Amino acid sequence: MTVRRLWIGLTTLIFAVLLIVPLLRIVQGAFDNGWSGFSAGITRPEALHALLMTGIIAVSVTIVNTVFGVMLSLYLVRANWLGKRLKAVMNAIVDLPFAVSPVIGGLMIVLLLGPDSAVGALLGRAGVDIVYALPGMILATLFVTFPIVIREVMPVLQEVGSQQEEAAHMMGAYAWTTFWRVTWPLIRWSVVYGVILTVARCLGEFGAVLVVSGNIINKTQTATTLVYQDVENFDLTAANAVALVLAAASVLLLLVMEWSKSRKEVH
Amino acid sequence: MHVEVRGLNKSFGSFQAVKDVGFSVEKGQLIGLLGPSGGGKTSILRMLAGLETPDSGDIVFHGQRVNDLPPQERGIGFVFQNYALFKHMTVSENIAFGLEVKKWNKAKIKERVANLTELTGLKGFESRYPHQLSGGQRQRVAFARALAPEPQLLLLDEPFAAIDAKIRHELRSWLREMIDRLGITSIFVTHDQDEAIEVADEIMIINKGNLEQKGSPWEIYKDPKTPFVAGFIGESRIVDNIAELRGFADAAATSGTKGLIRPEYIEIGRKEEFAQLLSATEAGRVSHIHFRGSEWLVEVEVGGIKLVTYRSLEKEVLHPGDEVQVLVHRAYLFNDNQSWVMENKLKADPMFVYI
Repeated sequence: MTVRRLWIGLTTLIFAVLLIVPLLRIVQGAFDNGWSGFSAGITRPEALHALLMTGIIAVSVTIVNTVFGVMLSLYLVRANWLGKRLKAVMNAIVDLPFAVSPVIGGLMIVLLLGPDSAVGALLGRAGVDIVYALPGMILATLFVTFPIVIREVMPVLQEVGSQQEEAAHMMGAYAWTTFWRVTWPLIRWSVVYGVILTVARCLGEFGAVLVVSGNIINKTQTATTLVYQDVENFDLTAANAVALVLAAASVLLLLVMEWSKSRKEVH
Repeated sequence: MHVEVRGLNKSFGSFQAVKDVGFSVEKGQLIGLLGPSGGGKTSILRMLAGLETPDSGDIVFHGQRVNDLPPQERGIGFVFQNYALFKHMTVSENIAFGLEVKKWNKAKIKERVANLTELTGLKGFESRYPHQLSGGQRQRVAFARALAPEPQLLLLDEPFAAIDAKIRHELRSWLREMIDRLGITSIFVTHDQDEAIEVADEIMIINKGNLEQKGSPWEIYKDPKTPFVAGFIGESRIVDNIAELRGFADAAATSGTKGLIRPEYIEIGRKEEFAQLLSATEAGRVSHIHFRGSEWLVEVEVGGIKLVTYRSLEKEVLHPGDEVQVLVHRAYLFNDNQSWVMENKLKADPMFVYI
């Protein structure tokens, strides 16, 4: 009995130390100069710009990764024109961004598309900057968040099997109708789940973006890299204010996710 | 719809699932594809449906080759083994799906759905979801859904496999009746011989990708064309030294000939039960008896040959060790080159004196 209590106590303690205390500390830090300190930290031009950048990246990355993630999941699970072996290899490569450090992911983009690379120089001459600009930051975040939707959707597709889709084919429904009327309702909640995790990851992405963006204030700075810079400059109130906005957004998203998980069980 | 299949082949990797299968089905017939699991029955059905592409061979509906037609255009109703009902749709939405896809107008769809729910006895369940239905009801929804777009051919993959024994029996006769009433050509897959024999107009026995035999259940029972068919239908025993049995001495004419004897080909009893056929019987000994609910299953030894047969509950009960007379009416004989049915020679001529 006492051993059990000890474990419960320890688990609660770790939960509190790792998750609750930092969150409270951020709240406290953001408001240590009162409301004015917090609002000043948020409404600085560089803070507004950084939050805007984060927003743009999150929206574009989520759209691209959702559309192509669902498509790739469908191909990896359903397509019989892909060889079994090729599928296995592709399936393994999908996880690469989870296995490779985001910093290295960012570095790969710099090496491939940076001003010193052939492609980067060519694009630069055409007036398109990839690295140290928004496109590179979107690419880096795409790389980092690529597996999330796929890993949510693939198991569901595998579990429901292809018979319902085949039944739809037999009744005259072609691919497009079958997808929207049969497949989509089956995978809908797992896509929502993947989208939420992708957005949360986009908000929090730091390493890959830092390497690719160069962290240029009012230009390529995101919310997370701004927090980093504020801390470097000992502007802790401002750092906490921006961090609180990010944390609040993430918590909200995760609550939505919990709600969607309970919805998923309806079917 | 008249269906014709010629020289159908299908391999999955190095495994040849279907080997040179050809058959034709008359309009309005109910055909059972019968055979052991993994024998290629479902592959044949899926190729007919267009869900699988044959490696070679022709599939012809109404004299028109449909190999290159996608499943959407073939006008086939398909009932899947696990029904594959759309689980996010209600019963009536499931049934209406094919009609909506075909862009029927709303009033007609409503009428057709109402007719089908009536026909399949699903009235009152229209707004239920599949998980709120019993196995038998789901089966009927799958059936109604497949029939809704008025297909010309109905394919059913192990339609009763997932249903418990008692309901399965009812559904079988229900299905037979329904198909008779609609006059729709139907092909169903099963591994259950009772099901095929009871329901089908014609049975096709499929084994290891080959079509072993096609014929009415009675033909297949009475005149099996291959040892596999003879062994697959009914409970039978293979007797290596068949020529040693009285009345089957001619079997020794070709060496390597074996015999296959079904329980119902054999009669056993005391001497006095046989009257003038006594000369065709063989003396044997009961080794085991099993009560089968409606009859006895008796294992009997004749010389070194072990045979099984049934015995009516109305007759005197036998016991292990009893000496009995055994009459083998006929045997299915086969060797490497041919197979044929041989009647007991002594039975034909009761006055024949066996030396």
